[in-house]
Amino acid sequence: MNKTSTLRRREFIKVTTSAGAGLALSFHLPWGEKLVALAQERESPFAPNAWLRIDKDGTVTIIVAKSEMGQGVRTALPMIVAEELDADWSKVIVEQAIADKKYGSMGTGGSTSVRTSWEKLRTAGATARAMLVTAAAQTWGVPESTCRTENGMVIHTQSGRKLAYAELTQTAAKVPVPERVTLKYPKDFRIIGKRMPRVDTPGKVDGSAKFGIDIRIPGMLYASVAMCPVFGGKVKAYQDQKALSVPGVKKVVRIDDGVAVVAESTWAAFQGRDALQITWDEGPNVQLSSESIREMFIDAAKRPGAVAQKEGDCDAALSTAAKRIDAVYEVPFLAHATMEPMNCVADVRKDRCEIWVSTQDPQGFQGKACEITGLPEDKVIVHTTLLGGGFGRRHEPDVLAHAVQVSKAIDAPVKVTWTREDDMMHDWYRPASYHMLSGGLDESGNLVAFRHKIIAPSISESKWPGSARNGLDEGAVEGAVRLPYSIPNFLVEYVMANTPVPLTWWRSVYPSQNVFAVESFMDELAYAAGKDPFEFRRSLVTKMPRMKKAMELAAEKAGWGRPLPKGHALGIALSPPAFFVTPVVQIAEVSVGTDKRVKLHRVVCSIDCGIAVNPDSIEAQMESGFVYGVTAALNGKVTLKKGRVEQENFDDYPILAIDEMPVVQTVIVESSEPPSGTGEPGVPAAAPAVVNAIFAATGQRVRTLPIRLS
Amino acid sequence: MSTYTLTVNGKPHTVDVRPGTPLLWVLRDTLGLTGTKYGCGKGLCGSCTVHLDGEAARSCVTPIEAVANSSVVTIEGLSPERSHPVQRAWIEEEVPQCGYCQSGQIMTAVALLKKQVNPTDDQIDEAMREMLCRCGTYQRIRRAIHRAAAEGLRPRRGGVR
Repeated sequence: MNKTSTLRRREFIKVTTSAGAGLALSFHLPWGEKLVALAQERESPFAPNAWLRIDKDGTVTIIVAKSEMGQGVRTALPMIVAEELDADWSKVIVEQAIADKKYGSMGTGGSTSVRTSWEKLRTAGATARAMLVTAAAQTWGVPESTCRTENGMVIHTQSGRKLAYAELTQTAAKVPVPERVTLKYPKDFRIIGKRMPRVDTPGKVDGSAKFGIDIRIPGMLYASVAMCPVFGGKVKAYQDQKALSVPGVKKVVRIDDGVAVVAESTWAAFQGRDALQITWDEGPNVQLSSESIREMFIDAAKRPGAVAQKEGDCDAALSTAAKRIDAVYEVPFLAHATMEPMNCVADVRKDRCEIWVSTQDPQGFQGKACEITGLPEDKVIVHTTLLGGGFGRRHEPDVLAHAVQVSKAIDAPVKVTWTREDDMMHDWYRPASYHMLSGGLDESGNLVAFRHKIIAPSISESKWPGSARNGLDEGAVEGAVRLPYSIPNFLVEYVMANTPVPLTWWRSVYPSQNVFAVESFMDELAYAAGKDPFEFRRSLVTKMPRMKKAMELAAEKAGWGRPLPKGHALGIALSPPAFFVTPVVQIAEVSVGTDKRVKLHRVVCSIDCGIAVNPDSIEAQMESGFVYGVTAALNGKVTLKKGRVEQENFDDYPILAIDEMPVVQTVIVESSEPPSGTGEPGVPAAAPAVVNAIFAATGQRVRTLPIRLS
Repeated sequence: MSTYTLTVNGKPHTVDVRPGTPLLWVLRDTLGLTGTKYGCGKGLCGSCTVHLDGEAARSCVTPIEAVANSSVVTIEGLSPERSHPVQRAWIEEEVPQCGYCQSGQIMTAVALLKKQVNPTDDQIDEAMREMLCRCGTYQRIRRAIHRAAAEGLRPRRGGVR
């Protein structure tokens, strides 16, 4: 795959001064992170595009425009640039981009960072490399074709002469940016594919890593915001005398979402906020409960759905099937519960505004700040810090609005910190959903019909009303359509059932629920057909060779069919490529104690994500994705009563702990395909793999999450 | 407000804060030691774990009065240049993902290894079971503790503990 890539001019504007660098959050190897908001005043002689600069001392600065939330982008993305640049990795430092259109979309989600940056960053590195080669060839008076590059140097092959990139920066800066560049063959990769130590690890073991919540700027005050516990409620009246008498409290400010207490410390702000006396207008949703939502789903299930995918004639095939089974699956609303609670630092002045925030969408946050302050984009500087977890939650700029509104009102920089309770009760939740499934088998146990009706609120409709065409939210059926199985009569329908509960994306969002329903039901069908769950699936995976290979590798690694310790059983589930493009297979080994507790022993994950950029990070994502999925399966449940969320903290929204952690073994399928997503594909199969193993161990079929065994 | 004296990472500090202020916020807001994290405020997640006279303690539920005249060690004071065997093992095993909980995980692991020089998986689980990590780095935490235990038994070259 020797590709020639055409530069897109807008993204690769040649920058000859330090203007392209601007303000940036900088961090250096191997000493952890430098101070946040360090202005990059340094003149870099060679800055051929928005993604990299080379200094006279040979330092290669690579700019990362995606948010680091644990998935490893601050390492993987620079690896891609450095590969095509043939950089000396030890000279590479990484800089986090401030919000700017020149980077294209900086939104970090949907497992997109590596796959959507792949061409762009390779081209950026290759462009710089080509210019350095031209500069060396000119210096020596030799043809470019006689020069090669290696580890930060241009080498004239015949004579063995060498010039370090550091020595070529000024000449290279005068070379015209080439229109077309040649990219490497994957077989020549020497950085991509290596287990590269993550650049953010050192700062994360000595306390120097800066998350949004760690930002401190001169003159900064601290604030806590009281919000109405009922969705859609508002402040009717409040009294602030008691709050103002709390030592350290400076001001009380009314903002759109509630009442903010500003103080000299976070603790004083929390105490002051607790002392506020607020009368809420609880609004129209005060009767909302989990029960009322479930009843609404059951009603909605009676309506005809919008057809998402249709093959053959499902109803006819079901009516003539030798065996038909039907089942209902249900999943609850879920919170994100990032370890770092929501927070934001804002410094709003008359003519400019500067923000430090752990965000998955710096440009969207910038837009929101522009809207509130009335300032133009170039006067609103948004620094993306490290994120203490994202999982979709940090696409929502609610806490940014709080900080900007408070800073504007008090005319001073402020850090707004949400309590864990705020975070849990004012999340934008993963939707609950209700699934009706029917399957038909012929006399030989072949699957002839599969029908799936999904009843769920629509995230996109909640954000962009009218976005669903003919009642179909394409996102809401992800993981239920384009299955790896060849089934002659196949129907997926969607019924939109919206609620006032605020919604947003969650790690793998809809596939986390749809794949649970589909893969659990596939297991039911396998047993109904009297077939082995692995073989039943394999016989149906006829058109997706990558999935078939991943299945076979997982089965081999897990020892599918081997004798197991007493009480142990294996369960398999497939996660279809979905929006993240990556097929994953998980096989879980579980047992169930006499106390009905599920014990996870081991899980094998096989993943085909194309070229594995940093294999260690991919394994970490498989471990992490499984834990995220299984946490939801075992314990995850957000319930509503009187229009408010009942869960408040980790005691009533428990997350998986180390003593529940199984051994996770990851198999990465070798591939030379372009890379695809890895952050989310580890999540969807976790719940069904475990539930299917529980069935194999106990004969009990779990159709509602979280798992509660009787 | 009241005045309290405490020793943090070997240095004496006098702070003027409201009685009842949790140590966590004194460290973070008053002293600027932000390596210790706020996660739950109720001693449920362990992100705020520090050492109090050598023992692991949840700083979010430890009032300032309780630490007057005590010696507090935070992640920043654990070792110079990340040289503690636990920190080195954390780097070797690439434990952190988002990293937010890791200061607390490391401080707890260090306290565990002081008591049990070579803990089994069950002992690790027992000591670490209330240390929450939303990224699910638990498997690597176990590996890193075993690695640090193995290394801790050997004489150290170079690094200062």
